[in-house]
Amino acid sequence: MAAFILRRLLSTLPVLLFVAVFVFLILRLAPGDPAALIVGDMGTEADIARVRQSLGLEGPLPAQFLHWVGELLRGNLGESYYFKTGVTELIAQRLEPTLSLAAFTIVLAVLIAVPLGVIAAARHGGWLDRALMGFSVLGFSVPVFVIGYALIWVFSLHLGWLPVQGYSRLSNGVGPWLSQLVLPALTLSLVYTALIARVTRAAVSEALTEDHVRTARAKGLAERAVLMRHALANAAVPIVTVIGIGIALLIGGVVVTETVFAIPGLGQLTVDAVLSRDFPVIQGVILLFSVVYVLINLLIDLSYVLLDPRIRY
Amino acid sequence: MPTTRRFTLACALGAALVLATAPAAAQSAPAAGSTLRLVPSSDLKVLDPTWTTAVVTRNHGYMIYDTLFGTDAQGRIQPQMVESHTVSADGKTWTFKLRPGLAFHDGQAVTAEDVLASLARWAKRDPMGQRMYGALAKAEAVSANSFRLNFNEPYGAVLESLGKPSSLVPFILPRRLAETPADQQIAEHIGSGPYVFKADEFRPGERAVYLKNEKYVPRKEAPSGTTGAKLVKVDRVEWVVLKDAQTQVNALVNGEVDMLESVPFEHYKALKANPKITVTAAAGGQYLLRFNHLVPPFNDARVRQAAMLSMNQDALLRTQVGIPELYKTCMSVYPCGSPLASNKSLGMTAKPDFAKARELLKQAGYKGQPVVLLHATDNSSLAKLPPVVAQLLRQGGFTVDMKSMDWGSVVARRAKKEPADQGGWNAFVTYWGSEDALNPINYAPLSANGESGWFGWASDQRLEDLRAAFARAGDEAHRKQLAEDIQVRAYEIGAFAPMGELLRPVAFRQGAVQGVLVGSTNVYWNISKP
Repeated sequence: MAAFILRRLLSTLPVLLFVAVFVFLILRLAPGDPAALIVGDMGTEADIARVRQSLGLEGPLPAQFLHWVGELLRGNLGESYYFKTGVTELIAQRLEPTLSLAAFTIVLAVLIAVPLGVIAAARHGGWLDRALMGFSVLGFSVPVFVIGYALIWVFSLHLGWLPVQGYSRLSNGVGPWLSQLVLPALTLSLVYTALIARVTRAAVSEALTEDHVRTARAKGLAERAVLMRHALANAAVPIVTVIGIGIALLIGGVVVTETVFAIPGLGQLTVDAVLSRDFPVIQGVILLFSVVYVLINLLIDLSYVLLDPRIRY
Repeated sequence: MPTTRRFTLACALGAALVLATAPAAAQSAPAAGSTLRLVPSSDLKVLDPTWTTAVVTRNHGYMIYDTLFGTDAQGRIQPQMVESHTVSADGKTWTFKLRPGLAFHDGQAVTAEDVLASLARWAKRDPMGQRMYGALAKAEAVSANSFRLNFNEPYGAVLESLGKPSSLVPFILPRRLAETPADQQIAEHIGSGPYVFKADEFRPGERAVYLKNEKYVPRKEAPSGTTGAKLVKVDRVEWVVLKDAQTQVNALVNGEVDMLESVPFEHYKALKANPKITVTAAAGGQYLLRFNHLVPPFNDARVRQAAMLSMNQDALLRTQVGIPELYKTCMSVYPCGSPLASNKSLGMTAKPDFAKARELLKQAGYKGQPVVLLHATDNSSLAKLPPVVAQLLRQGGFTVDMKSMDWGSVVARRAKKEPADQGGWNAFVTYWGSEDALNPINYAPLSANGESGWFGWASDQRLEDLRAAFARAGDEAHRKQLAEDIQVRAYEIGAFAPMGELLRPVAFRQGAVQGVLVGSTNVYWNISKP
């Protein structure tokens, strides 16, 4: 197991190197100039040249890349062109809102979707199953921003229960933190609820046709025990896989929700950085996303061992 | 049934989550009383007002810095930090005395040395500053609170330069910060203005916080524009960054913010109809079509004039702004209604004359080569204009190749001087705030100093001579005449095509916010929360 983990961790290095080179090049070769954006509409060509010089964008690309990688190896992700703040610090500021939103969303989605999926599988073909699957189609189909605005209209503007926007840090108390996250998490969880519910339904439905389930029923076990201990447990691998993929997608996919609810997270940071060509920030965030993806995939693989004793690494 | 119980449990859990947090929503409502929460028109990114011309950075500057002079709501220059000034009989020597009691946020008194260091740094970057310092023989401190500017020849635009309302504003910094090279950002943000910047609460992309400067000594005159008494009536101002227009409006309606610095046009009518919200037109500006004077076909004045003749201001404004009370056609290169505004436009009107445009193109030998028009799709304040411009140009006889891209790509591409088919461009649409277009020295689209000038690189010695004469002139009538001559010359050479004016509405919660100063520059003093 330890060798497997080490091997997997080492295998991330070429992936990260590829990501680093790719992101660095794509940013430099794509149209757009951070210096032109910084000087503003009234700046002149001389102003742009001056700012480019001060940002270190005038040297040859290989030299710029080596400088960046050198700093990276020392643990320095660089400094934002605009904020004159370290990229690490900016990411640290934005990490909590995004992680909170992602965690809340996935917990909500799992709590709702897994029971729904199991119920749908148990009532296969019944009205509840059809209703749940209809709901999941809705979850896939309606754009996140539409759901967000609809929830805002109902719960914030009409009922006045929850705030429209913003994020309150956990250090300010759990109440404000929760109240700011409920609507965005509900919004974002809909699509994941639909996804997990469908996979759960399919996996449990298949498990229910297995011989051991028939044996369990023949032994006279209660339907609840059959579903939970024999069907759901054996359907866990695909469900955990889709939850894991969901977490990975969430980390990078919260952009729209963060924008609609004005949550200052990594998604907004990334979009802002891309639009303003803040190269060090884009590079830092994408590297972080890459590491997160790799680690989550590793954790999913490791969880298989716990869920299915037949799997060995 | 177990499954039914679980379903019920899931529903109950969801409902409990919402209900359990309902009281918390009230707790997280904005602090009442003395905290003003407003949404700026864009995200504050650069904090050094000498480093960028971004309007939001300028507004940040007005919060924490003060200026020697300011511009009132009628466009007149008025003293601010300066108590009095004298001009020698030959117009070459200007002596200024600072008001007593001026102090920076760190407690140090504002001295003439601070002023001179600040002006020197500003003059390295600002076009009006560069011109003024180019005419300057010597700048010296006379005493701790007075300083003198000695010019080589009479210079008339001293007060206009020192009191200019918009970027780059000659803000006064402590000398130790003002000595930072102009190509580096300052590391601390200390001024002598009405608010103190809370650097430890600044979260880029989220919020900027300012506290009342308890030691600020306001002037006695009524506040007007960037001049007069800067009375701070709240303890704290929070700039809350909300990028989504719908979210801005929702937050205002829900009472989570007090004020929107710029109301999106598409939400104007809904907010106007809301009895809890006051919407008022404030800062304005003008749209213009800028030509690349270096490369064909707009390297020929007749072709540029043909494009000017193709513009239909009403159609353009109706498309972009859409609300008649918020726009007006205007052929003056200076803001209509401002002191230098003129209606002399070589017979061109806000309506198109396609026949004349086609005739000019024929005279110029235009062969139908594509005009590359840049279109910034992500800039909502401009995005609707280029497609209309393209259609109008086609009707005027042009072949148009509209290139759609994000604003970041537009500003990078417009700096390229190559021919349009080699990665360059021919025309782009932009917006200038009225406060930046008040006089011909500051207004970059009127510069005609060739490749060292503003994008489009117009080159015309006559226009440059007129601008220089304007800077030197001291007599108001003479200056007005020169400004008009400059406008006529700008039309003759086809410097750019004016595309009309708009007003940007400001919205605030009725009864919750009082004393909002409506003018061409957004300022946040004099506002109280009952």
